[in-house]
Amino acid sequence: MSGALIPAAIDVDELVKSYGDVEAVRGVSFTVAPGEVFGFLGPNGAGKSTTINVLCTLAKPTSGAARVSGFDVVSRRDDVRRHIGLVFQDPTLDVYLTADQNLRLHAELYGIDPGVIPARMEQMLQMVGLDDRRNQPVMTFSGGMKRRLEIARGLMHSPRVLFLDEPTIGLDPQTRSSIWRYIRTLQEAEGTTIFMTTHYMDEAEFCDRIAIMDRGEIVVLDTPEALKAGVGADRVALGTADDDAALAALRDRFGIEAAVAEGAVTFHVENGEAFVPRLFAELGVGITSVAVSRPTLDDVFMRYTGTTIRDAETGGPGDHNRAMMRALAGARR
Amino acid sequence: MSAVVADVVAVRVPERTWRSEARAVKTVWRRDLIRFVGNRAQTMTWLIQPLLFLFVLGSGLQSLSAASTGGVDLKTFIFPGVLCVAVLFTGMISAASLVWDRELGFLQEMLVAPVSRTSILLGKCLGGATIAASQGVIVLALAGLVGVPYDPVLLLGAVGLLVLLAFTVTAFGVLVAVTIKQAQAFTWVMQLIVFPMFFLSGALYPVAGLPAWLEVLNRINPLTYAVDPMRHLVFSHLDVSEAARRALDPGVTWFGWRVPSLVEVGMVLLLGLAMMALSIRRFSRTD
Repeated sequence: MSGALIPAAIDVDELVKSYGDVEAVRGVSFTVAPGEVFGFLGPNGAGKSTTINVLCTLAKPTSGAARVSGFDVVSRRDDVRRHIGLVFQDPTLDVYLTADQNLRLHAELYGIDPGVIPARMEQMLQMVGLDDRRNQPVMTFSGGMKRRLEIARGLMHSPRVLFLDEPTIGLDPQTRSSIWRYIRTLQEAEGTTIFMTTHYMDEAEFCDRIAIMDRGEIVVLDTPEALKAGVGADRVALGTADDDAALAALRDRFGIEAAVAEGAVTFHVENGEAFVPRLFAELGVGITSVAVSRPTLDDVFMRYTGTTIRDAETGGPGDHNRAMMRALAGARR
Repeated sequence: MSAVVADVVAVRVPERTWRSEARAVKTVWRRDLIRFVGNRAQTMTWLIQPLLFLFVLGSGLQSLSAASTGGVDLKTFIFPGVLCVAVLFTGMISAASLVWDRELGFLQEMLVAPVSRTSILLGKCLGGATIAASQGVIVLALAGLVGVPYDPVLLLGAVGLLVLLAFTVTAFGVLVAVTIKQAQAFTWVMQLIVFPMFFLSGALYPVAGLPAWLEVLNRINPLTYAVDPMRHLVFSHLDVSEAARRALDPGVTWFGWRVPSLVEVGMVLLLGLAMMALSIRRFSRTD
């Protein structure tokens, strides 16, 4: 088969989803290639989960179209469901059943040939390291174990596309990295396309491509490398004696629009190390600490949404800065 | 190809057919049974209540009622009603599993599977009905203790009625469960429905010669039409005087017309099917 005949894993075209007067998703378009690991980032309420719900046929689009594994999510709903696996943000295991019983139930709901169920179960349980706990009720599992079991279950039926909504949220770093290992193993073994949302910027680095969503729209979509290169400038974070005075001084004396993010006066500037001595000499506001860093995905996120993902979560000072940062990002483009 | 690829057990999700739907119904049904067996203690407590009515209420009030029951033990008299109430309680409680599945997230897992919502709901109804009917059968097994003979025709008929009632009651519970989505509200509404249904059904008293208001409420109560044929079935196998039978098993009448058992059974069945259909319609809406 030639490459051109393989349909895109996900193909979204001008997708709109409204709930009453609220437009949760406002005309989103993107394509995910087969075998790609695609990251979906954005603050809470940006429309990520709504988009996933439409893609996995749990919600109908208000307008526009979406195809998963080549099937339209509305007219070919059952075909879409046969080809996708899901790991939701909130657990959906039956905690009164054992790990084994959960996987078997899933396999039977998906109509898998009973002859191959035991072997497949064995393999999935081994992959996530739960084969020794298979006969214990899920109730006795830790949060990380439950999440691993959910991933094993989502993969039981060899989905072409696996949707992961915040798969590593609330897990310890060790479990998070092992979950990434399974995802990669699987993606290599079966060519599974991975579509995931995450809050962890360091994890977004593992994705082949990232889309950042904000207020129902995709604001940018590219590889992590290209996104970081796009920010260009270094990030400077200052601890100051008076943040408001520092913001004003930066604007008046250097022509820099800074913002307060995670408690530090933050801005981007070319060649950050060389800029710091000037800052001490000319700012005129007490500086208590300085950090200069190369651009990270955090900076990318901040540039396009006007807030860091952690501030967006806690509803911290981000909102106050959003409009300004948005204007700034627009001016730079 | 890497070694990993060669090792993976390939599986395929087939297209939806009536056979895959039947398998889904069976899977959902079996899950409820597995959970019932694993969680017997909780469900068994719902069996204690009917037994309390039967043995405590039945024995305690016997001395008061001895004169009016024409020599028939009060326990024997309320036995058919207690059978139906055991099924009513457990059927309703089984239907709550749908509300808990929603609350604890598992419902989502079933909703995204490539099976129709009709199959999911049918599996739920059959699961609840199986559990409820089996509770009824446990109570039925105690027939000998209250002077009801183990006659094969009686037992077969009683099991048939219990299964039918179990289905209808569960379908009703499921209809409430797809309408009221919070577990707490569900429990509250259930209490509000179950006890009036029980007290108005004639499970504890004969349905003739009631005050007019009570007669009206009794006749519009669906449970009446399960208790009455059950009592009729039990009394036709008892060795009691004609007078006692007329007093204790007068039968349900509509404006003087005695409603035949078969019509009553048909009503219970139709009601069950209608509620099942309504639940499926409500459950199948996607936003």
